[in-house]
This record gives sequence, structure tokens and C-alpha cells, in this order.
Amino acid sequence: MGNKTSLYTVHTEMSAKIVDFGGWDMPINYGSQIEEHKAVRNDAGMFDVSHMTVVDVTGTDAKAYLQYLLANDVDKITTKVGKALYTAMLNDNGGVIDDLIVYHMGDWFRLVVNCATREKDLAWMNDRIGQFEVELNERPEFSMLAVQGPNAIEKTISVLGEQAGELIKPLGVFSGVELSGDQEGWLAARTGYTGEDGLEIILPEAAAPDFWKALAAAGVAPCGLGARDTLRLEAGMNLYGNDMDETVSPLVSNMAWSVAWAPADREFIGRKALEAEKSAGVEKKLAGLVLRQKGVLRAHQTVLDSEGNPCGEITSGSFSPTLGLSIALARIPKSLSGSCFVEVRGKQVPVSVVKPSFVRSGKSLLGD
Amino acid sequence: MSELRSELKYLPSHEWVRVEEDGTVTIGITDHAQESLGDVVYVETPEVGSNVSAGEEAGVVESVKAASDIYSPITGEVVAVNEALEDAPETVNGSPYDDGWFFRVKPEDLSELDGALDMDGYKAAIEEE
Repeated sequence: MGNKTSLYTVHTEMSAKIVDFGGWDMPINYGSQIEEHKAVRNDAGMFDVSHMTVVDVTGTDAKAYLQYLLANDVDKITTKVGKALYTAMLNDNGGVIDDLIVYHMGDWFRLVVNCATREKDLAWMNDRIGQFEVELNERPEFSMLAVQGPNAIEKTISVLGEQAGELIKPLGVFSGVELSGDQEGWLAARTGYTGEDGLEIILPEAAAPDFWKALAAAGVAPCGLGARDTLRLEAGMNLYGNDMDETVSPLVSNMAWSVAWAPADREFIGRKALEAEKSAGVEKKLAGLVLRQKGVLRAHQTVLDSEGNPCGEITSGSFSPTLGLSIALARIPKSLSGSCFVEVRGKQVPVSVVKPSFVRSGKSLLGD
Repeated sequence: MSELRSELKYLPSHEWVRVEEDGTVTIGITDHAQESLGDVVYVETPEVGSNVSAGEEAGVVESVKAASDIYSPITGEVVAVNEALEDAPETVNGSPYDDGWFFRVKPEDLSELDGALDMDGYKAAIEEE
């Protein structure tokens, strides 16, 4: 028996198939993962992501501490309350301890980190406090829902009401706002993990079941972690533990864009290792692969170059319901482009090497 | 609880087997198997006219989640395959025992099926999983 979110009973009432996910009993689907995937691409779907860990960082040194702790620079989001930032948290070798989102909440910050990495993240973060005047507070009393899809925001507002609508409508991408009135203490942010527009909402767990049911009544499809995985893969978004971990740097994980090198005097953890890696020459990349024949690319399959020599490995692979073929993320030599091979069930099959982003806002990015 | 049918025989590897009136044998995967696999996206069936052997791989079913080999319960010639699965692999999820059948074999020796499980035997096997 694993941990259960505040929505567990609601999931089982909606005939969810429950699986263990990082110690949590979570819905993998409510029938068909592909139908749920398509609901998000074409309309609106919702995910219970309450297993994720919410940590609030307060204190006079909160900003300075996060500028030291994280590879991206939280100074970028201090211009406006509610702004959000995607970042890696690195170890001294430049390996990725976790990827997370930071929200600027005024004079404090909110972090959302992965559930499978919760314990090591909290231990690492506590150990790095040192002389900083900060306090870390985990907030297990919150639930978190992701409502995603072209109609997600409109349908969410229809449930939350006009007051919330006026706060949510002006939100830019990667921005959030604290709601008011009946929804005092809720955080609604225009973020997600699907490549579609939508919201992620952090709310008190007591309010989550009614909110979920109201969204369902408004036509938002309940979606499980199965659809969440194929959606994020199509969007080219990394899954921690698959596509990157402590043994690889953000520079070989399609996350170089999230490393803030400027200002040069910001000494974040892992900076020296990344600079050394950069000056030695980055040799690998996380690329996209597309299989244009029958079969499904899967994690840990071997990638071979045009001469048939093993040169890399698939980190995530699945069937893409939007494209109707199989796609993957793979760590391969930086110089490899055009086409190569993957060993699929004992056979070498040809694949195209593409940018690691396959679908955005419902549209194919493959250009064919 | 997944659906089981008393007129079928089963393999522990989750195929079902039906002996037809003309003596041929139809093979598919069970409701339990399709439920565990999730959405089926590709099915590879053997070719009509090829020979399959009891206990050997005869095809592959790939779902969003995993690939799984299909084993033939019997030795013989493949006399038909379900070509509809090429364009509509999801039929395996919606109708595993009827429209979602995989292939049909003209068996050399029907007694090869004597060791297959009946409904209760298969039910016990999946409950142990």
C-alpha cells in the first residue's frame, strides 16, 4: 500500500487503474491512455499531480540561497510576483539532482520538485543552507492539479468563477497568481508538462475532490500518468530519472538553455564543473528520434551510427498518439544527425534524428 | 475483473485458443492481457502459409507501455490472419475474444492442446500474478 493523494477515492470511483509511482498509488489511466492523450491535445484534460513535492523557501536570504542552489537564476523572475522559472539543481560535478519549477511569491519562493527525488532533494537543500538566513517548509497539506489543453483555461475559469477568471486571464506563460475569496491560498499558474496551454493549480487538499469533480462536470477529461508521459515526450520535455540524472549534466540533457551563465560572478553549485565540461567540448546531446515504420522505440534500446556501431542509448521512447508513429529521446554523439539505427527487439531499424521536440499546441513539428 | 470464456483454452503466457468447427485453431490474447498491456498500437501476425510451432513465438503485440511476444499453442500452417488489426490495432483492446483475434492455424496434432489451461486453471494462474 502506497501513499494516497486526497483524490484517491475519486480516482477509483472514476474507474482509474491504479499503479505504484514513486511510492504513491496513482492513476495510470481511466480506460484508454490514447483517448486521454487526445483529450488534452484537442480539448482539455486534468491530472492529479499531488504526489509532487511543494517546498516554500522563506527568509531574508531566500533569493541569495536559490541563486547559489540552482543552475538558473531566480533573479530573472523577481521582476514580478507570480513569475515561474524552470531550472536544474546540480551537484558539485554538474550532475542533475533534480529539475524543478520555482515560483516567485513576493518576499518568498515556492519550489515544486519531483516525488521520487523528494528525500534526497530535501536533504541536499537543507545541507546547503549553511550561513543563509532561510527556512524550508514542505507543504504536504497541498494538492496539485494540472488542467491542460486548448480549452483548459476557459473550462477551469468556468468552474472557479469570475473573480478567479479576472486574475487568471491576464497570466502570461510561466506566470502564476494567488487566488482570492473562496479560493484564498490557491496558486494558479500557466505552466504544464504537456506542450499545451493550461494551468497547474496548487490548492488545499480538502478542496481538491470537489474541484476535480466540478472540472469533470465541466467536460475536463480525467487523465492518468500514462497520458502524461506520452504528452511530455511529444513535447520533448525531460523525465527525471530517464532522460537525466546525477550522472549527466544539463549540457547533454537539452537543458543548456536553463543554465544562467550571466552574471559571471554568480557562484551556483555545479558551475565550475559545467564550465570545465564546456571548455573541454560537449560531446553528447539529447536528440529526438523518429521511427517511420512499425515498432516502438523504448528506453534503454541501443542507438547505432550509420556504420552500425553502438553510439548511444534511448532515454525515453514510446508511441506518439498525435503523430501515429514511435518517437524517442536519446543521448547520442553531438555530431550525429540525419539518420541512424536503433536496435529494436534484435533488429536494426532506421530512424531519423530530429530536434527533441515533436508536437507543440496540437501540431506536428516534424515538418513532413 | 477481466472477462473469461468457458469455451476457450488458455496459455499461461495469456493467449486464448479456440478450436473451430472445421478443425482449425484460432489464437488471440486474453482480456486480462490487453488490460495489462494498455492501448495496443501495433500487432505483428505471422504470414499466411507460414508454419508455426507449439511454444514458439509467432508474433508481437506492442502497446504504448510494452512489447509482448505472442506464442503459438500448436504446430501447423497459418491459414488466416486478422488483417483488420493492421489499421485498427485498438480492436484488441475493445474485443479481445471476437474481432481482435490474431491468427488461425491448421494444426498437425490437436492433442498438443491437451496441456492448455481451462478457464478455471487460467483464472487461478492470473490471480497468482
